[in-house]
Amino acid sequence: MLTDDAAIEKQPAGSPPAAGPGSFPGQVHPVPGGGILVSKLDEVINWARSNSLWPLVFGTSCCAIEMMSTASAKYDWSRFGFEVARATPRQADVIIIAGTIVNKMAPVLKRLYDQMAEPKYVIAMGACATSGGPFFYNTYSVVKGADHVIPVDVYIAGCPPRPEALLHAMITLQEKIRSGLTREQIRMEKPDQPTP
Amino acid sequence: MNKDTLITRLRELLPAATPEGSGEWAVLPLPGGEWHAWAGRLRDDAVLQLDYLFCLTCVDWKTRLTMVYHLGSSRHNEALVIKIDLDREQPSVPSVSDIWRTAEFHEREVYELFGVDFPGHPDLRLLILPEGWEGKNPLRKDFEDPVNMIKL
Repeated sequence: MLTDDAAIEKQPAGSPPAAGPGSFPGQVHPVPGGGILVSKLDEVINWARSNSLWPLVFGTSCCAIEMMSTASAKYDWSRFGFEVARATPRQADVIIIAGTIVNKMAPVLKRLYDQMAEPKYVIAMGACATSGGPFFYNTYSVVKGADHVIPVDVYIAGCPPRPEALLHAMITLQEKIRSGLTREQIRMEKPDQPTP
Repeated sequence: MNKDTLITRLRELLPAATPEGSGEWAVLPLPGGEWHAWAGRLRDDAVLQLDYLFCLTCVDWKTRLTMVYHLGSSRHNEALVIKIDLDREQPSVPSVSDIWRTAEFHEREVYELFGVDFPGHPDLRLLILPEGWEGKNPLRKDFEDPVNMIKL
């Protein structure tokens, strides 16, 4: 892969690129008239995926208010690649379970998750989505944790969590995507393993 | 009209009434039998003008049920709370959905969650609970659901 001269000049010869969360996974080998970028395709794909996560517009209670706040100007999750909230699961990559999941909503959540294209990720936001939260005891209607319905990648504590906590969870999800295999890849590489 | 004049007017209308005004809103306990007639009178009274039913709910006291109606007056910005004790075994109170139309949904909700019967209701059936819930009233204190409930 050839890069332009200007980019090469920023990199002293032989030194690795500035490593940090979200930086491109690869190294530039300068050659006369340009440079060669060396990387692994899987890492590049994961890097691209992690920086363009489109959340599904899905909120079932008060956590959704915090989620909306996270999307708005003050916290602005578009800084991390989350700006394109999608109203259809067909175009979404990550579902943020923002609120209580009741027994009547559980099949809807499962269906939305099934309609999302692979690779897909799930963040359980707040106490209700994690465990049922304040509705754990003596409730006839609440699912005691959304992971009874769909697999969850990242959990956030709080009732409701602050926008900073949601941002932290989203960045944690990005790091998780960058550092390893997606569920889809795990399934393909280890067919004997039961699907999560 | 303020809370005191509201209570004074209630005493004029219903000498046997025992309205109580220590809280934010005046509270009037009523017997269930005459409730429908009283509801119409409270709404149409020229002084009270309680034209808005803004909350209709029920309380399970384990020994009895209490229907609670919050009536508001959009003219006077004043509210009145009606409380009606019901027999817990055969709870029944006349529907007021023909007086305040909003009661139609609220009474269906109380019907499914507490099992209160509302004679006169045009369409008394489950509102939110899924089919097959008839007879089980999840907001009763003695409701048991061994599948979904974790008892504390």
